[in-house]
Amino acid sequence: MQVLVAMSGGVDSSVAAALLRDAGHDVTGVTLRLWGGESDSGCCSVGDVEDARRVAAQLDVPHYVFDYADEFEADVVAPYVAAYDRGVTPNPCVDCNRHFKFGRLLARAKVLGFDALATGHHARIVPDPDGRPRLARARDHAKDQSYVLVGLGADDLGHLAFPVGELTKAEVRERATALGLRTADKPESMDVCFVARRDRAAFVEARAGARPGPVVDIDGRVVGEHAGIARFTVGQRRGVGVATGERQYVVAVDAATHTVTVGPPVALLRDGVDVHDLRFVGPRPGPDEWLDVQTRAHGEPVRGRLVGDRVEFATPVARVAPGQVVALYAGEVLLGGGVAG
Amino acid sequence: MAPTAYLDHAASTPLRPEVLAAMTPHLAGPGANPSGIHAAARAAKTALEEAREQIAAVLGCAVGEVVITGGGTEADNLAVLGVGRVAGPGHGVVAPAFEHKAVLAARDRLVADGLVAHDVRVGPDGVVDLDHLAACLDDRTAVVSVMLVNNEVGTVQPLREVAALVRDRAPRARLHTDAVQAAPWLDVAGLAADADLVSVSAHKCGGPKGVGALVVRDGVVLDPLLVGGGQERGLRAGTVDVAGAVGLATALRITAEQRDAEIERITRLRDRLAAGLAAVGDVTANGDRTRAVAGNLHVRIAGVESETLLVALDRAGVYAAAGSSCASGATEPSHVLLAMGMDRVAARESVRFSLGFASTDADVDHALAVVPETVARLRAASAAA
Repeated sequence: MQVLVAMSGGVDSSVAAALLRDAGHDVTGVTLRLWGGESDSGCCSVGDVEDARRVAAQLDVPHYVFDYADEFEADVVAPYVAAYDRGVTPNPCVDCNRHFKFGRLLARAKVLGFDALATGHHARIVPDPDGRPRLARARDHAKDQSYVLVGLGADDLGHLAFPVGELTKAEVRERATALGLRTADKPESMDVCFVARRDRAAFVEARAGARPGPVVDIDGRVVGEHAGIARFTVGQRRGVGVATGERQYVVAVDAATHTVTVGPPVALLRDGVDVHDLRFVGPRPGPDEWLDVQTRAHGEPVRGRLVGDRVEFATPVARVAPGQVVALYAGEVLLGGGVAG
Repeated sequence: MAPTAYLDHAASTPLRPEVLAAMTPHLAGPGANPSGIHAAARAAKTALEEAREQIAAVLGCAVGEVVITGGGTEADNLAVLGVGRVAGPGHGVVAPAFEHKAVLAARDRLVADGLVAHDVRVGPDGVVDLDHLAACLDDRTAVVSVMLVNNEVGTVQPLREVAALVRDRAPRARLHTDAVQAAPWLDVAGLAADADLVSVSAHKCGGPKGVGALVVRDGVVLDPLLVGGGQERGLRAGTVDVAGAVGLATALRITAEQRDAEIERITRLRDRLAAGLAAVGDVTANGDRTRAVAGNLHVRIAGVESETLLVALDRAGVYAAAGSSCASGATEPSHVLLAMGMDRVAARESVRFSLGFASTDADVDHALAVVPETVARLRAASAAA
């Protein structure tokens, strides 16, 4: 097969390219240039591109760089800023995967005649009983990235490969070391790639302006002031800055009035969450099926059912921040998901 | 081996065999510093000064006016920053918006130092707007930089008219021309005679990468970028790359000797390529093709993103380019095309095929076997997607 491998310059995609090459495929590497601004992770930096290029050279496969910086700004960065500015928690990695890796890049790979597009995501593509592709959690559950792949359909999966999904992270690094790849010991990036110094508030407020306002308790009493709503996400404790004796969490963010509502942990508990933009890999699960529901990239799943456009939890859970992806699993298999309302 | 067609001479050319032969003794020999006092040093110094004489002869300047640099970018930087820093804050820096980044980035440095930038408009024909240039000039103008040939669309600029305007309206200004893309095709000595500063680069004419020259006319005062041992009249400190200077001189000399015949030969190849490309339909030329140098073919191929096309062509052994390559290797939308008034979609569908001394009929044959079929395939696949 002719396979295009999206190489970020990290160890996972380096090993993905190596595995495919060693399996006898005709491999071509590509690195996406998405962000031209400041960054902590070095994402899209000349150094990362150079790592990808050097790994490709070491594997003796061609390598290209595609520039999507304009589109990244429009499709990921601007929505990210707009979301915080209206009190909603965005999912930039999900947006990036949807628009770039499995949007523009997959389309371009098809136009160029490649049989498949591969990435270094930790996830697996498994056949269902009818032989159609389904997405499943990575073998290494601690590194599983299937959550950020929500939105992919069976048609997409038919053109995709996630070669490192069958390996643990330790095995990926061992493999890279055995091959002498320069990315073998490279640390992984954890934060949003385009936000420098982990300072989300500074990034958002530099673009959208600060929206300071009151902090109120769940009875509506003003208990303090805050410097900007972009600094708060539902469920957040750090930075609430209200001295009331009891632990306080952000319960709601109201962009219209710039109001942040705080309350005790119990005030966060909800027995369900409304979900919009639902997409499924295969058939939609029925309202009686108990599912594993994951509401954060690194969160533990909880039990729930999809009833209409609402996920009902088996036992109340802390409120899902509006805007977050709600991913629905049946065991290892990702059925689909949507966005919390 | 599968056939290939190298159609990216405007980015860089292969080394001419004569250049390699001329450089080899200086790479494989004793390698003395030309500033020394012994016999080996004298030999190096003689080679360097003979090279300088050849460069001066081709560029139409006095021998002492040639400053050897580490390439075209350094020559551009030295000219723009060198003049601007002597003039100081408050003075004007005037350049068309489609200059090479080596000029534009140097200008931006001067702006940070307190000088005032004037972006001169460029027409859709790829030629500097002389009326707007005139409006940008005054007594406070320190440096005017107008390239002799644009590096992307290949259009020749009216440098004599530019020089006349500068003399008339900005008598204190120095005129610099980036002649890097002109040297393979034009008589730089004649066309740039009115410029105070002229940049050239070896690797666009069959010379080595990393060496160039700046002509600094007698009486032009520059603030050097590099200071140290006082080499190159104090304008460019550092031991001179003797082999590189010999390579530059040989490349410029052979290019000039063969120019007339080469222009005829390459024009024929280029026109054959252009005619073959036009057959795929919806191919439009960028800039005024009657003003383009012989080796340049710059077209918009509607419906095909250049980034996709270039990869498909590379996979079929046809090497072309689009826009300007940034350090990461990505293709950014061309600032040249945007300056010419093209929208971003059209700019992203534009590609440059550039021919040079190494181009042959076989290259055009291979390109014509590959490009039209590839364009048709990509258009069909894009329409289906």
